[in-house]
Parts: sequence; structure tokens; C-alpha cells
Amino acid sequence: MTEDCDGEEKDEETRRWSPGQGGSSSRGGGSGTSSSSPLKNRCVRGRVDQPPPFSGQVLENVLENVLQFLACRRDRNAASLVCRSWYRAEARTRLELFIGNCYAVSPARALGRFRCARALVLKGRPRFADFNLVPVGWGARFSPWVAAMAAAYPWLERVCLKRMTVSDADLALLARSFSSFRDLTLICCDGFGTPGLAAVAELCRNLRVLDLIENDVEDEDEEVVDWISRFPETDTCLESLSFECVNCPVNFVALEALVARSPCLRRLRVNQHVSVGQLRCLMVRAPQLTHLGTGSFETVPVADGAAELDVAELESSFVASKSLVCLSGFRMVAPEYLPAIYPVCAGLVSLNLSYAMTTAEQLKPVILRCHNLQTFWVLDTVGDEGLRAAAKTCKHLRELRVFPFEATEDSESAVSDAGLVAISEGCQKLRSILYFCQRMTNAAVVTMSKNCQDLVVFRLCIMGRHRPDHITGEPMDEGFGAIVMNCKKLTRLAVSGLLTDKVFEYIAKYGKLVRTLSVAFAGNSDLSLRYVLEGCHKLQKLEIRDSPFGDAGLLSGIHHYYNMRFLWMNSCKLSLRGCKEVAQRLPRLVVEVFGDQNKELDSDAVEKLYLYRSLVGPRDDVPSFVKIL
Amino acid sequence: MEEEFTRGEGRPRLLDLIPNGRDWGSYAAAEEKKLELRLGLPGGEDWSAGQEKREHPVESALSLDHISKVRKSTNVNASSGTKRGFLVQVEPKTEGILIDNMTFQQQQLQQQQLGFLQLQAKGKESLQKTSGSAEQQSLEGKGCGPHAAHASSTKNAAVAHTASQSRAAATPVVGWPPVRSFRMNLAGTAKASAESHNGSSEAAKKLENDRKSLFVKINMDGIPIGRKVDLKAYDSYDKLSLAVDELFRGLMAAQVDPLAPSILKNSEEKHVLIGLLDGSGEYTLVYEDDEGDRMLVGDVPWDMFVSMAKRLRVLKSSDLSASSLRAVGRKRTSNS
Repeated sequence: MTEDCDGEEKDEETRRWSPGQGGSSSRGGGSGTSSSSPLKNRCVRGRVDQPPPFSGQVLENVLENVLQFLACRRDRNAASLVCRSWYRAEARTRLELFIGNCYAVSPARALGRFRCARALVLKGRPRFADFNLVPVGWGARFSPWVAAMAAAYPWLERVCLKRMTVSDADLALLARSFSSFRDLTLICCDGFGTPGLAAVAELCRNLRVLDLIENDVEDEDEEVVDWISRFPETDTCLESLSFECVNCPVNFVALEALVARSPCLRRLRVNQHVSVGQLRCLMVRAPQLTHLGTGSFETVPVADGAAELDVAELESSFVASKSLVCLSGFRMVAPEYLPAIYPVCAGLVSLNLSYAMTTAEQLKPVILRCHNLQTFWVLDTVGDEGLRAAAKTCKHLRELRVFPFEATEDSESAVSDAGLVAISEGCQKLRSILYFCQRMTNAAVVTMSKNCQDLVVFRLCIMGRHRPDHITGEPMDEGFGAIVMNCKKLTRLAVSGLLTDKVFEYIAKYGKLVRTLSVAFAGNSDLSLRYVLEGCHKLQKLEIRDSPFGDAGLLSGIHHYYNMRFLWMNSCKLSLRGCKEVAQRLPRLVVEVFGDQNKELDSDAVEKLYLYRSLVGPRDDVPSFVKIL
Repeated sequence: MEEEFTRGEGRPRLLDLIPNGRDWGSYAAAEEKKLELRLGLPGGEDWSAGQEKREHPVESALSLDHISKVRKSTNVNASSGTKRGFLVQVEPKTEGILIDNMTFQQQQLQQQQLGFLQLQAKGKESLQKTSGSAEQQSLEGKGCGPHAAHASSTKNAAVAHTASQSRAAATPVVGWPPVRSFRMNLAGTAKASAESHNGSSEAAKKLENDRKSLFVKINMDGIPIGRKVDLKAYDSYDKLSLAVDELFRGLMAAQVDPLAPSILKNSEEKHVLIGLLDGSGEYTLVYEDDEGDRMLVGDVPWDMFVSMAKRLRVLKSSDLSASSLRAVGRKRTSNS
């Protein structure tokens, strides 16, 4: 190692990132390896201008060239641990920055280490925020990140955000700051509306992907902006446009024109304000589509009695769309239109009917044609019978999600253990299942564990709390136990129903690969938590609600919390004393407690706990109802 | 005892000892097991501490309303009315349907369970009225026999009847089942739209009213992020007002200075949005009905409000006269 390199190491470790220094090299020689260079290979090209490099730098050159081929972030993390030279080389060649918890690291630090990244994947709130368990205003704002990137990454191309709060101003800054920006994907985010979308449409001239998935797009009715019209008038490079979650109507004329001038468009998912007649127009314009979100899939009743779209006409549109592999939407599907999709069923790889109240009878003719289906999302209105039909045909099914039509604890659900057994027998290649039901048996779950050995994700939600096996009356321990025992590739598990400590003993003993575990209304005592924290060595994300786990259980995980992304617990038996102890013993852990907002934060009981490792200590945007210990 | 009150959210928390299910006969074993699991030693901490955190639905064991529901449906679905488990036997002699399915032992079991429930009942209203009897029970020891349970339960039943009747529908636990809110309204929306297509708008309206949850948008002046509230989760204007206050307090705090360190946050802990309903505070709650008219919240009976309100807004009280509130001027002058 040369002196230069030594000096550089120290600099990197102690220096705080500042915009002025962004990109300027601390490497010996101060060559033009910085942000101003062209995109590809700039880091390596820069070196050519230097005086003949020392052997250490030759090695780093070579290393960088090799590491460019390494894409998987886990491999990259491993490579960066080899030695300082590899650390630097890896940092310079990492193109995609994945940050699983936006508070685990600060923008300054992340951008300071990885200077050449072109893509950012950022996740914010814990998953239970989807179910209103995280109070509004908790955090996870995109603003500091976009501000930092605007200065540090002018070549940024892709951003994917999940559960973050993104404001219209953030979107506007994003659109203005990055000239090569091409992909924006927002999943389960909030805080923005149509003005932000308009900015993106207008200013991102190279936009290829605009995917808005399950976001909370709030607009004052008076302030809705016609963002579709803001796309450039010329041919666009759009490949994917998804706006199913945007709740306000869009300007259809503009949309149709946009589709017509987007020759590369392959994925189009419209919102429920697009009628089936309008959909047909769009399909005519874009017969090359591979992914289609159909919007409402019903005719808007027209006052002047204009003719409704004929099913045959609609079917002909589907005949013409020969490339369709993925269908979704069907937000208000009129059952008589469903047969129109028959022509494409044989080619479908993914079908999402989870907004359509289809009965088994309506589903059967569709599903029996879908031999190649790998992903299937459906409502429980199809019942066990519908699932049987799916099991009969879809031999290649990899992912199944059965959502509840009536998501309450005492609703009547048409799916049960029988459906689960049918699926397990018919779809033995199943890898991922999410199943909502009211009645389940251990036997059915055991059967699935034996038939579907490839299961990686098993999420069973018995909606009635503490509900046992409906035939034997026993807890559901044995069923879930069989899953962890038999499905050796399992990495994600969500349990429900009546469960004792036993199931956690099973999970600890057999679930050695489990990374994500969701627990609700389960267990008897701290033993459960102890089992899991001591036994599941790969556990990264643990989310628990309404289970009788207290401080003793919490403290049993002290050895493991640094290896985890986060632990979430709400409505358990935690106390402030226990949480404080964890915070004290693990200084690199951020321990957030928050209660319901109408309670004093001083009371000893902790209603909600969220703890996560962090390189930068407590965050500075803590709202009033959160206390960091 | 008082601790348990404050830890709750003002909603009574009763124990769901009896597993949800349709076939009572087969659940005897599970029930006994549940008893084993859930009960601590008499006077033990596990019992109370373990239960207070649970946000159980409020259907009170004492709710005669439920019992009458049970009587109406005579077939297998009878048990669906008893899914909350402990709703049942207040008066074993009068419970015609379910008694037949059960042995005397099971009835005893359930009465015992009821007895424990009486002791642990945390409902503010019912407990205020029955605290005398409850304390008496605990003095006698928690291992109350069926007789004592029976006696207290009849007392409590009568008293708590009115209180629990208004809570007869399940108070939903937050975030359970774990589906996102846009899937929650699926049942109601779909039915309503189907019905309205068939031309029967009245039926659609009725279906909308039968929905288990009713999420409406709520926006606040000055805050770009709107939220949604579930009107069915509340049963009075006061509760709604409190919820709105909680909802926006967080947003307002964030709004003030999202990136600056929280220096003065402690002073903001108290309620900010008071006086939403009577025009006395800085902000006022209004709603938009299905005709798009803005109305002051609080004038009509609660149930009527729930059926009419399509959207809520929190306006600055000073803006009221400028906005298009219908009959606001008239109402305010008549009240003042």
C-alpha cells in the first residue's frame, strides 16, 4: 500500500461528506475520476491519465473491472469485507444502492461511500405501517435523500422507494436534478399527488418507467392536475406506466395520445376510472403490451343510452394483444366481460383478480385455460371450488394470494382448509402463498408442507383471532411446525390462529433459514420470543403484535439485534425499563418507543417498540410521540 | 386496578377465552386449555397484565343484545353470533339453543369464565356502575364459584346492557385482519356499485350502511397530506373528534419543521385540536354529504351523520364564514 492509499483511508473514515467535495478524488493524484466524467467506466478511465500507477493501484484497477460484474448486493457486501483495497474498489463499482432501512444510515454516509451509484432502492416505514399501526408523521421522508443525491449523483437513473413519504416538492426536485433519470417506482408511499406526477412527466425527458404501486395518492379535488398531458409531445421512451392507485380520473384523450406515441410501451396499468370501452382504445394503440392493468373493466353507464361495448368486440382486442403475459385490474369487473380474456389465458403467466368478486362459476372457464400461470391473486369469493379449479390446471403455479372479500373477523369466508389442500395437491411447485381464511386445520397445513417442498414464503392468516383447528379444536402449532420442518427453503413466515409457545419452539428448531417472521395474537409467554431469538440465526425482520411477550423475551435477543434489520412489537407486555436496558447495552441500536397518542409517554408500559441498528445514531426528525431511548 | 384503565384506550377489553367456532361440543378441550393458558394464579400478575394489552372486541359477555341475536338464528349460524365466545351464558336457564349442545360441565366452565370476566372487565361505564360488586367479588377471591359468577353476571348484565348495546357491532382492532385499507372497503363498494347498476339505489345505500368499516377521506387546511378515517370505528362525535386530533397532531408536528431537531416537541404533547365540534377552537370539523354540501359536524344524530358523510375536512374556524357552509350562519347566530 502506498502512502497515498493510507492517507486516503484515513480521510474516508474521518471526513464528513460535503457537497463541495462530492466526487473529488481523495486518491493520490486527484485525477478526474469524479462525477463529471461520462457514465461508463469513468472510474477506471480516470486512472489512465495518472502517472504510472503503483502496483497496489494496478490491482485495484483490475479488481474494479472484475467487480463490475458482481451484481448481487450480498456478494458485494462480502467482497467489501476482504480488505481495504477491495472495500474501495467495491464502493466505486457499486451501481445499485439498496438501503433496507432508511434510518440505518444517513444520506451523507451512504452517498459518501458509494460515489458511483446510479440506482437507489430505499425502504422506510416498517411493514405494519400498512395496517395503520404506525402513527402518521412518524418519518421516512425522502426529502433529505433527494436533496443529497441532487448534489452527489447527477447521473442518477433509477429510484425505487417503498413506504416512504415523498412530497410533490421532492418529485419536482428529482425531476429537475437528474438528466438521465429513467425509472421511478413508488410502492406504498404517500405524501404526493398529481402535481408531483406532473413534474416527473414533464421534466424527465428520458423516463422509461413510472410505476405507482399501492400508493396513497391524495389530492384535493380542486387541485387535481392533468399530469398525463404533461408528457413530452414527441415520441416517448416509456416502457412502463402504472397508475392504478391514482384515484382521480385522468384525461383519457391525453392518455390515448400518449400511448400512441410510446412505441416502447410494454406495461400499462390504468386506474379504475378507465372504462372498458376506453381500455379497448388503448389496447388498439398498443398491441405490443405484455402487462396490462385493465382498470375498471366495466362500462360506465352512459346517460344517453349509447351502446355498451359488446363482449365480442372486447374479445377481439384481446385476440390482437398476442404478447400479454400479465393481467391485472378488474376493479369493478362486470362478469359478462370476463370471457373476453379467454384468448390470452393460455399465455398468461400472471393473473390478478384480487379486486374482482368472481364466483367459482365465473372463474372456472378462465382459470381452466391458464395452463402457464405462475402468479395468481384472487379473492376468496371463488371459494374452495374455485381454488380446486386452479389447482387442476395451474401446474406451474409459483405464487398464490387469496385475499378476503370481507376483511373482518367474523365474516363468512368461502375458502378454508379444503382449498389449501387442493392447492397443495395440484400446485406442487408453489413457492409463495398468502392465504386469508376463517377455518383451517392442522392437517391441511401439514399436507401443504409435505406437498409443496419448495415453499419459500408461507403466510397464513386465520382472520378470527386465536382460532384453533376447526375440527380438532387444537392449537395450530402442529401445522406451522410441519411447515418449518418440511419446507427447508422457507425464508418468510407469518403465523396466525391459536398458537402456544410450542410453535415457536418448532420455528426455532427447524426454521434456520427464516429471515422474516410475522406474529400476531400468538404465544403464551416470553419463552416464545426467546426460542425465536435464540434459534433463528438468520432472522432479520421480526414483527409482533398483541402477544404476551415482555422484557425477559426482549432481553433474550440482545446477542442478535445487531444482525437484524429491525424488531417491531406492539401491544405486548413490554416496559420502559426493559427497552431502556436494551438501548443501554446496545449502543448502535436505535430503540424507538411510541405509545398511542392520547397516553402519556411516561407511563412504564410500552405500547409500540421499533428497534433497528444504525450507523448514525438517533435520527433527528423524531416526531413528538416518539421517544428514542 | 386503575392502571388497567389508563392503559386501555377507553374501550373495554374483555377476554376472548372461548375460541371462535361453530361447534361447541368439540371445543371443550380447547376451552379448558385456553383457561390453562390464559389464567394466572388468583391475584397473579400474568392475568391482568396479559390481558390489558389486548385490544379485544368489545362485545361484552354481558350483552343481552348478543344473546337475543343468538336466539334469532336457529341453525348452525347460531354460533356465529357467539363468535366472541364469552357473550353467551348469562342466564343458563334461558339460553335455549346452546344449552342443548352442551353438557352441564361445559356450562359450568363457561360460567366460571364469565365470573373471571366480570372481575377483569375494564369497561369504564360498566365498571363504574358495578365497581362495588366487582370489588366484592375480588375480596371473595378470584376462584369464584359458578353461583357467585351467576349472581354478579346478572347484575352486571342489566347494568351494562345499555352500555354495550351501542358497541354490539365489533369494535375493530386496529390493523386486523392485516389487509391494506383499500381492500377493506371492497365488500361495501362492490355491493353498492352492483346494486346501483341494477337500479336499486336504496339497496345500495342500505348495503353501504351495513358495511363493517367506512373509510372517508379527511383533509386539514394547510396540510397537503390527507388521511382516511373509519367512521364505523367510533360511536360518537367526541370520539371522532379525539381521533381527528390524534391523526393530525402528528402531521402538524411534522409540518412545523420536519428536518429540524425536535426542541420544543414536549410542549406540543397536549391536544392541539380542541373545540372541533362547537366552534370554540382554532379549527372546526365539517363534512361533505353526498350532494357535495358542506355541513357542520355535530348537528345530526351520529348514525345519520355516518350514513351521510362522504368526506371530512378540518377548517380554520376563521375561514368558516368565507366557505360555502350551508346554514352555518343561521345556526351559529341561533346558538349564540
